[in-house]
Amino acid sequence: MPSTIATEDIELIHSGKGPGGGNFSGDTGNGGDSGDSSGASSVPQRAYVTGMFIGLAGILMFFMAFVSAYIVRKGMPASGWIPLQVPRLLWLNTLVLIASSFTLARAHSCFTAKDEDGFRHWWATTTILGTLFVAGQILAWRQLAAEGIFLASNPSSSFFYVFTGAHGLHLLGGILALLYVQFRATRKVARGTAIEVVSMYWHFMDGLWVFLFLLLYLGR
Amino acid sequence: MSSHAHAGGSTVHAPMAEPSGFIRKYIFSVDHKVIGIQYFLLALTAVVIGIVLSLLMRFHLVWPNATLPFVSGGQMSQEQYLALVTMHGTIMVFFVLTTAPQGGFGNYFLPIQIGAPDMAFPRLNMLSFWVTFLAFVSIIAAFVVPGGAPISGWTGYTPLSGLGEITGPGEGWGQTLWIVSISLFCLASLLGALNFIATTIDLRAPGMSLMRMPLTVWGWFVTAILGLLAFGILLAGGILLLLDRSAGTSFFIPAGLVVNDQIQAHSGGSPLLWQHLFWFFGHPEVYIAILPGMGVASHVLSTFARKPVYGYRAMAYAICAIGFLGFMVWGHHMFVSGMSPYSGFAFSVLTMSIGVPSAIKTFNWLGTLWGGKIQFKSPMLFALGFVSLFVSGGLSGLFLAQPAVDNMLHATYYVVAHFHLVMGVAAIFGIFAATYFWFPKMFGRMMNEPLAKIHFWFTFVGAYCIFMPMHFIGIAGGIRRYADASAVGFLAHLQPVHQFMTIAAFITGAAQLLFLCNFFYSLKFGPRASKNPWNATTLEWITDSPPPIDNFGGHYPSVYRGPYEFSVPGVVDDFIPQSLEPSQVARVK
Repeated sequence: MPSTIATEDIELIHSGKGPGGGNFSGDTGNGGDSGDSSGASSVPQRAYVTGMFIGLAGILMFFMAFVSAYIVRKGMPASGWIPLQVPRLLWLNTLVLIASSFTLARAHSCFTAKDEDGFRHWWATTTILGTLFVAGQILAWRQLAAEGIFLASNPSSSFFYVFTGAHGLHLLGGILALLYVQFRATRKVARGTAIEVVSMYWHFMDGLWVFLFLLLYLGR
Repeated sequence: MSSHAHAGGSTVHAPMAEPSGFIRKYIFSVDHKVIGIQYFLLALTAVVIGIVLSLLMRFHLVWPNATLPFVSGGQMSQEQYLALVTMHGTIMVFFVLTTAPQGGFGNYFLPIQIGAPDMAFPRLNMLSFWVTFLAFVSIIAAFVVPGGAPISGWTGYTPLSGLGEITGPGEGWGQTLWIVSISLFCLASLLGALNFIATTIDLRAPGMSLMRMPLTVWGWFVTAILGLLAFGILLAGGILLLLDRSAGTSFFIPAGLVVNDQIQAHSGGSPLLWQHLFWFFGHPEVYIAILPGMGVASHVLSTFARKPVYGYRAMAYAICAIGFLGFMVWGHHMFVSGMSPYSGFAFSVLTMSIGVPSAIKTFNWLGTLWGGKIQFKSPMLFALGFVSLFVSGGLSGLFLAQPAVDNMLHATYYVVAHFHLVMGVAAIFGIFAATYFWFPKMFGRMMNEPLAKIHFWFTFVGAYCIFMPMHFIGIAGGIRRYADASAVGFLAHLQPVHQFMTIAAFITGAAQLLFLCNFFYSLKFGPRASKNPWNATTLEWITDSPPPIDNFGGHYPSVYRGPYEFSVPGVVDDFIPQSLEPSQVARVK
C-alpha cells in the first residue's frame, strides 16, 4: 500500500504528460461539479482531485479495518491485554504533525497569492516537519524496544506497531510527494493540481494520525 | 493530441499516435483496451486451471481410490483434495469472477461506452494489471513450493491458516503465498477501483448524464465502489494474518490452542475476528462478481429483444441498492459461528431484503423481453441463461438466509450448489455473453455462431445437471469438503448422484473446448466484423472494430439520448445510436 500511494502521487503529478492528459486544458482542479455531464475539456485536472478523494476513502477503509480489529481484540474475554503506556514522545510528534498541516496551508495560500518564494519556503518547512515526525515515530519505537516491548509482546503493542507502521509508511509516501512537488513538478497547471491533491493527502494523514493517537491513548 | 477545438457539440482532436515497439504496445501498454485484453487472457488462463482443479475434485469424489499418475504416492490424500478445494475457490473467485468482468470487459468498454479516450489514470491502470499478474504468479507458485498448495479454503479461516506448517501440508509456504497473493490482488483491485470511479465521474462525454449511461457502466461503476470499500478490509486482514504467522502476534489465534499435541504459543486472539474481516469483504465480493454480469445481461437482452430496457431507472437504482445492502449482510456467512440470535435475525432480514432489488431486476429483464422481436443470437442465449441461473441460484438463497435453516444446511452441498449457480455459473454466463457480444468489437472478427450455440446448450444443460442434484445431496446431509463420502455410512447411498454430477461435469468441461477453439480460430480466421454488427446503440458501436488507440480516431462523440433507444415509433431504423444528433434521425414520412 504505501509504496503504491507514492506511485499514485507520481501519476497525479504527471498529469500534464499522461496519455489522454495533455490534450485537456484545465483549471487547477477546483473540485468541479462532477454530477453533471460537462464536456471532456477540463477533465483530467478535476479527475486527480476526484481520484484523491476516492483513494482517501479506500485508505480510510483500510485503517478502519485495523481500528475495528483493535476494538474487537481488546474486548475479547481473556484477551491478555496489557494497556500500553504510550511513549511521551508521541505528544511531541503529534504536535509536529499538526504544525505541518498549518505550514502546508500557509504554503497553499502563498501559492494562490502567486508568492513563489513563500510557497517554496513553507512547502519545504512542511516536508521537514513531516520528516521529523517520521523520525520521531522511529525514535518512539526504539524507546519501546529498549523497554522490551516488541510487536509480539502483547496485543496492545502489536496494534501500536501496526498503527504507527502503516500510518508511517503512508506518511513516507506523502513526503515523497512533497519532495516531488518541490523539485520536479514545474508545469503550471499540473503543479496547481499536484499541490491540491498532495495537500488533501497530507491533511488527511494528519487527521488520521490524531484519530489513531487518541485511540491509542484514550482507548488503551 | 495536443490541440482541441469545440465544433458544435463534438470535440475534435488530432488522432493519437500508437506507441511503436512490441513491448510498449502489447506488454507494458497504458492503453485501456490492451490492458482489458490482458486481464481477459489472464482470466482465461485462470479459468482453465480452475476447471481442471474442479474436474480432479469431481473425479476424486467418485473414484477416491483411483491411481493418478501425477499425484505423489499414486492416490490422492485428503489434504490434497482440500488443496484442490482451496485453489479452485481462490483462483475462480479472484482471478476469474473478479478479473474477467471488471478488469477485462470493464477496462475495455467502460471508457468507450462513456465516450472517453482512455481511463483517467492510464499508468495506474497498467500498474493494476501487473500487480494482479504478480498475485496470480504468487498463487500458482503455491502449487510447487514444499508442502504444496494451502488447504484452508478460499476463505482462509483461522486458526487453520494462522499457525504454519503444523496444521497440515500446504499451511507453511503455500498458505504464506496465498496471503501474499490475496494481498497483492487487493492492492491491484483498489487501484483499479479508484481508476474506474474517477473515470466514470469525470470523463463522460458531453451529454452522457448518469441516467444515460449504459447499464453495463452502472454495473462496473457500482462494482468499483464496492471494490474500493471492500478490498482494503481484506488487505488489512491479510497483513494481520501474516503477522500472526510470521511475527508471533495473536490477532486471530486463541490461547491454549492444541494442534498435533502441541500447545501453541499464542494468546487471546479471535478466530471470529478474521471471519468478520473476511466476510465484510467477502459478501461485497459476491456482488463484485455478479453486478457486471447483471449489467451485461440487461444490455444484451435489450439489444436482441430490440426493445428499450424495461424500467431503466429502476434497474440503475436496483444495482445501487444491491451494492449498498451488500455491505450489511456479511453475518449471514457466519450464522453457525455462534452469533447472537438477535444479530442473526438482523442479518437474516437484511439478507432477504436483497431479494427486493433482485426481483426488480428479474422482472425488468422479463419486461424487457415481453413483446420484443427476440433474436436468439449467442450473446442473447447466454444472457437468458444468466437470468435463468441467477433466479434458480438466488431462490435457494432465501432458504439459506434464515438462521434456523442455515444451521442445518451450512456444512452441506446445498450451500455449494447455491453459490455455484448464483455467483459462479451465472457470472460465467455473464462473461460468455460479454465475450460473444463484444468479440467483434475487440478483435474485428465474428465468432462462429452455430458453434457458439452448441457451446451454449451443452454448458446450460450441463450446469443444471451438475448443480441441481447437488441441492438434494445437501438436503440429504451430504457434507461439503469431505474428500471421500463413500466411506461414510449415511452418505454412501448418494454416490450414484455424485457419479451423475461428475459425468455431467466432464461433459460440460469438454464443451468448453468448443469455446476455446471458436475463440482462437475466430481471432485469426473469423469473418471481418463491421462497425456495428448487432445494430446496437451505445458508443462502442460507432467506432471501428477494433477501435483505434484513442477510441474514436480524434473525434469525440456527444450524446443526445439514453442508451437503449430500440424500435422507436416513427423512426426508420429500429435503433438510434446514442451519438446521433436529433436532426439526423431518419423518420418515417
